[in-house]
Amino acid sequence: MSKFLPLWPDQASTMSGQVDALYIYLLLVAGVMTALIFVAVTVLAIKYRRVRGREAQQIEGSTILEITWSVIPFFVMLTFFIWGAVLYFKERTPPADSTEIYVVAKQWMWKFEHMEGQREINELHVPTGQNIKLIMTSQDVIHSFFVPAFRLKQDVLPGRYTTLWFKATVPGRYHLFCAEYCGTNHSGMGGEIVVMEPRDYAQWMAGGPAVPLQETGKQLFATLGCATCHRSDVQGRGPNLVGIYNKPVLLEDGRTVTADENYVRESILNPTAKIVNGFKPVMPTFQGIVSEEQLNALVAYVKSLAQPTPGSAGLQNEPAASPAQTQKTQVQ
Amino acid sequence: MASAVIPANQAPKLNYLNNGHSLRSWLLTTDHKRIAVLYLISVTTFFFLGGFFAMLIRLELLTPQGDLMQADTYNKVFTMHGMIMVFFFLIPVVPAVLGNFLIPIMIGAKDLAFPRINLLSWYLYIIGGILITHVMLTGGVDTGWTFYAPFSTEYTNTKIVEAGLAVFIAGFSSIFTGLNFIVTIHRMRAPGLTWDRLPLFIWSNYATSLVMVLGTPVVAITIVLVAVERLFHLGIFDPRLGGDPVLFQHLFWFYSHPAVYIMILPSMGVVSELIACFARKRIFGYKFVALSSVAIAVFGFLVWAHHMFVAGISLYAAMIFSFLSFSVGVPSAVKVFNWTATLYKGSITYATPMLYAFGFIGLFTMGGLTGLMLATIGIDVHVTDTYFVVAHFHYVMVGGVLMGYLGGMHFWWPKISGRMYPEGWAKLSALFVFVGFNLTFFPQFILGYVGMPRRYWQYPPEFQVLNVLSTAGASILAVGYLLPMIYFLWSLRYGPIASDNPWHAAGLEWKTTSPPPTFNFEETPVVTWEAYNYDEIPDKELEAPVAR
Repeated sequence: MSKFLPLWPDQASTMSGQVDALYIYLLLVAGVMTALIFVAVTVLAIKYRRVRGREAQQIEGSTILEITWSVIPFFVMLTFFIWGAVLYFKERTPPADSTEIYVVAKQWMWKFEHMEGQREINELHVPTGQNIKLIMTSQDVIHSFFVPAFRLKQDVLPGRYTTLWFKATVPGRYHLFCAEYCGTNHSGMGGEIVVMEPRDYAQWMAGGPAVPLQETGKQLFATLGCATCHRSDVQGRGPNLVGIYNKPVLLEDGRTVTADENYVRESILNPTAKIVNGFKPVMPTFQGIVSEEQLNALVAYVKSLAQPTPGSAGLQNEPAASPAQTQKTQVQ
Repeated sequence: MASAVIPANQAPKLNYLNNGHSLRSWLLTTDHKRIAVLYLISVTTFFFLGGFFAMLIRLELLTPQGDLMQADTYNKVFTMHGMIMVFFFLIPVVPAVLGNFLIPIMIGAKDLAFPRINLLSWYLYIIGGILITHVMLTGGVDTGWTFYAPFSTEYTNTKIVEAGLAVFIAGFSSIFTGLNFIVTIHRMRAPGLTWDRLPLFIWSNYATSLVMVLGTPVVAITIVLVAVERLFHLGIFDPRLGGDPVLFQHLFWFYSHPAVYIMILPSMGVVSELIACFARKRIFGYKFVALSSVAIAVFGFLVWAHHMFVAGISLYAAMIFSFLSFSVGVPSAVKVFNWTATLYKGSITYATPMLYAFGFIGLFTMGGLTGLMLATIGIDVHVTDTYFVVAHFHYVMVGGVLMGYLGGMHFWWPKISGRMYPEGWAKLSALFVFVGFNLTFFPQFILGYVGMPRRYWQYPPEFQVLNVLSTAGASILAVGYLLPMIYFLWSLRYGPIASDNPWHAAGLEWKTTSPPPTFNFEETPVVTWEAYNYDEIPDKELEAPVAR
């Protein structure tokens, strides 16, 4: 990218080329259309300029023409729509094998935490060739994670997780911007994405001691007393959490929801919002007690319980609803 | 037809302008033409105020560092620019000035259906305007014109409630105006003026009025919710209290997207009038152009979430809103094609209003096509909230609305003021506006695609050259906007006196005197012809509008 007059952004993710390809197609169509209109208006305006002795010829209109110039643009737009929707679907669907990184935005900085426990502020190191999924939330207002070189952007909301995934391709340092206006230092809420060769990345990762995120979560799970109700050996006062991640959960009101990151998060902050079938709304809220970072650690820990580990896995191949039903019988 | 023309006379005839000179005769008038003039003065004031803020923005962005003002000041400046331009200029400008003046005359009525409510609309606008000015002078607001929660409800300590109240009150002004227009167009058309004989300016203002009446209450409710949330912390938008910040965006854009059509539709109506007159033809495909206005108004209500493709809405919701957004592109394209086709076999002259109409077609085409790019969701993810969006909506809202408005002002100025503007200066200023506009906003498309986010007080140094170009363009544009104000004022005293119909145009407004008498017509006209019956109007020499 020219540092004096950049006319095109760097391409640094697998999505960049795909977005650019569609954009070039749109530019071509728009260019042709603009040229057509421009030439038509200019030629007609000159050719039919007022001349002595020639009067304007009144024309009613033409239904066939009207239909033609409604239907053709419609089909052209349909190509925009389909191509755009397919691309959007790719942009929004993280591959299953993605490495997860937690992101907390706040006025006016970006905080990152790798699963291995490394923490960064306003700078994120990632390797090339690996699918990275960012699990993002905001501590205060709405922000937006925007990396032009990746052609990707996602708003970061308070009170819930949004995700964004990418696969970086070219090592280098790229701008990270906040793209949703967030107050005084909005334009200063930036940073850099440092894309590294996997080898360099491993080296960077190895530097400095760090406690893996789910390990922090496990400790919190114990110190906050979660483990007294959410037991992993027997059914406690709260649902057993082993293996629930990404599984359907039957609720008291008959709905079934998927136990994704947002569900786990909500259940910690607002436990009575979705009561699992068969349980009582006895859990206190942890709103204001746990920080966003601690929440992330807890979520990461609950998710790690989903990985089949010897011993617990065999007991938990049913959805979380089934032990709940057992308890319901007891209650009745 | 000649019978409807009032014979020229020597002594100044009684007209709406000289019928009473006291301040009271203006401030308590119920004459739609005088109210239009009141609006003209007030929206022009707000336009230059908003323009002043625009210049501050452009000056700050001359350099990458934030060095002209503090970050907080800059945030307030772009907020005031947006709020003033959107709520106090773009939304009222064409309906409240040209619509107010022309709708009753164009349909052969003596006034709007509710003349007192019309005056009330202006007062509400002024109260809203005074409030926003008060907010501006006592600390301002820093949320952007979009008031996004929870920043607006919990985090900023600027004057949200007061600014909201200003917008709320101004909103009722536009609801009442819309209501007035709808009733007037339904009930007060002259004998013989059937719906398919209406000028397209009427059709487009009718469609606009529907949007005003149906959409504006929603933004009013949204603003009330923001105020309530801010004052009592009810937990409507604040996630800590169980609220949803995305709900705010749905409510806000449910009005604020259709608001774009409130702005652009009346200008489209103006352009139809101009092209018909200066090509001396009926509009090609009149019915399609008329109905496309209604189609735009209806579809306009179904596309709001295209402002929210990265805001956390579901994948499938995004796809549906993308599709619906394209469908609003069809009626917009139909208009452009029909205007172009109208030129075919016409007898075209290039007076200033026509130059603005050409400018409108060019800029609106570019604004519309870049709108299609934004509706393409895979692209929107990259360019939303960047300068690409800023460029796009300025092409539509400034390129479109303002070109239409200025074209209309030049076209109807002889009718409004009874004087001609100086054609040479007017052509020069049209050139300044067109060149200045493109130089200001075209570089912003590039800036956006290379990644400069909007609402940035400072930016990485590599974006500087494009920003400097943009600022240079803005100064040319400023000259282009200042010139008309000067020569319009000049013409009030020194301009040649206009004849009743200097353009030899069709339309009832040209069959009364310039300026029209208080009740518009000596006798209620009876319409036996279709709009744009240019074949029946002698194609006299268009040169030098004759002084009487």
